[in-house]
Amino acid sequence: MTQKITLGRSIAFLILVVCTAAMISPVIFMISTALKTKSEMMLFPPTWIPQTFQWKNFTELFTNDEIKFGILYQNSVIIAFFTVIGTVLSSACVAYGFSRYHGKGRNLMFMLMISTMMLPYPAIMIPQFLLFSKLEWMDSFLPLIVPAFFGSAYQIFLLRQFFNTLPNELYDSGKIDGCSEFRMFWNLALPLSGPALATVAIFSFVWSWNDLLGPVLYLSSQEKFTLPIGMAAMISSKFRIAPWNLLMCAAIMAVLPVVALFAIAQKRFTEGIVLTGIK
Amino acid sequence: MKLSATGRENFYFYIFIMPWLIGFIVFALYPILASLYYSFTEYDIISTPKFVGLANYKELFQDELFYKSIWVTVKYTMISVPLTLLLSLIFAMLINQKIPAQGFFRTAMYFPSMVSGVSMSLLWFWIFNPQIGFFNYILSWFGIQPQLWFLDEKLALWALIIMSFWGMGGGMLIFLAALQGVPASLLEAARLDGAGRWSTFRNVTFPMISPIFLFQLIMAIIESFQVFTPAYVMTQGGPNYSTRFYVFHLYESAFKNFRLGYASAMAWLLLIAVLIITYIIMKTSNRYVYYEGGKES
Repeated sequence: MTQKITLGRSIAFLILVVCTAAMISPVIFMISTALKTKSEMMLFPPTWIPQTFQWKNFTELFTNDEIKFGILYQNSVIIAFFTVIGTVLSSACVAYGFSRYHGKGRNLMFMLMISTMMLPYPAIMIPQFLLFSKLEWMDSFLPLIVPAFFGSAYQIFLLRQFFNTLPNELYDSGKIDGCSEFRMFWNLALPLSGPALATVAIFSFVWSWNDLLGPVLYLSSQEKFTLPIGMAAMISSKFRIAPWNLLMCAAIMAVLPVVALFAIAQKRFTEGIVLTGIK
Repeated sequence: MKLSATGRENFYFYIFIMPWLIGFIVFALYPILASLYYSFTEYDIISTPKFVGLANYKELFQDELFYKSIWVTVKYTMISVPLTLLLSLIFAMLINQKIPAQGFFRTAMYFPSMVSGVSMSLLWFWIFNPQIGFFNYILSWFGIQPQLWFLDEKLALWALIIMSFWGMGGGMLIFLAALQGVPASLLEAARLDGAGRWSTFRNVTFPMISPIFLFQLIMAIIESFQVFTPAYVMTQGGPNYSTRFYVFHLYESAFKNFRLGYASAMAWLLLIAVLIITYIIMKTSNRYVYYEGGKES
């Protein structure tokens, strides 16, 4: 190593090693519990590494008729899929409008859009609930999916920042080729925005995947439950209380797609966190 | 259709933003106004809303649980938000040193943030298990007696605060990116002027990242006002209402007790609280927030 090792750096390194271990240990504990037998899981002090690896805990999770984990998974995937499609399409469309056209009232509209980022969902959930129950959308996925098709302020903001970086010459060349405004959006701007759209897709996926309050309000039958509400039901007294090793299996399975996305698209993932955090 | 240049511009602008505009009116503006109206009514979903004037607000201010839920939420926010921000900034700065395995530390510190929502609650409910929990086991290394955590009304909220530190990875990534955006020339200039570490941080680094710090602070407070998942999954607001967060109280009032008017009054007060807090932070931030290229609003 050619870097100069200073005292400051060594201390920083040591602190990081200790703190990283502390941060990671709950994850290790989660994985190890998931792979323990019921009796080993109850041992105190807890063992770090399971005596035998109970991989069948995972199969039990999916085959248990009361937990119905497969159905939870399927529902979450369906809702997340449509939420992502809806958010990406609508947010891109709106962001393009904000970035490219100087319509009358643009600044006011933009201000309104930005301020909805700060609008707490619980403050508006009661009228939304009443609205959806009037439409007879209760216990269906519609209240969770349909709003996504009207754009999300965060994602619109993120995509607008991206569209602002596209050069005007692009649209000029489009005009010369006789493109309609809509085709310029669809055939010129969108194909160039792959990375930004991927960031938006990842974030709307993670958001939809973790959402608890929405499903709690709108889903009432167990066949419609998503992972978060299904997992919450697993530890509540509503159903037979699931053992901790299966609960940890469930938590791992629920986190897995997010981790996979992070592993596949680490750059986009990080970029998304950073971009949504900077105004 | 023949339109003038400005007409065209207006036309396409509104065509493209139409999805958001409709969504804004239907899913934000209408609910804000409707919940104001409902807050002046007695409404149980089944019968029609009955206008009762300010009765809900009067009742709120006499409701002990309402005060309790505010106190729980404010206490949680005041401890969790500053400490989480501070921790994420400190770790971002540590990782930003020229140390080996930078990428590993970044990923490892961020990793826990992916275990979020209900998964996080499940895991920490297990970690804080009073009999066989991992946390009591770690405490036993330091000779500390096992605690009851979620069964103890004095400790339940603290357990949730400890849990919240674990999710600092997102903030850390943001600060790390911000720190890496501080021009090296500025830091070099400070070094040549003989500035120490602390003075460099105070006078160069922090001002440069302060707009991001401000945004993080506001969003963290707003998020913290809306904590719901841990109360719903782990504690049901207990023991003895010690984790009855504001939004959980709102949710139970509306959807367990079917008092939608009462809950709408709470919803409006939440909205006003968020507005006031944001306003105060923005106003007082001028002192420490530095915007490149002049002041922004």
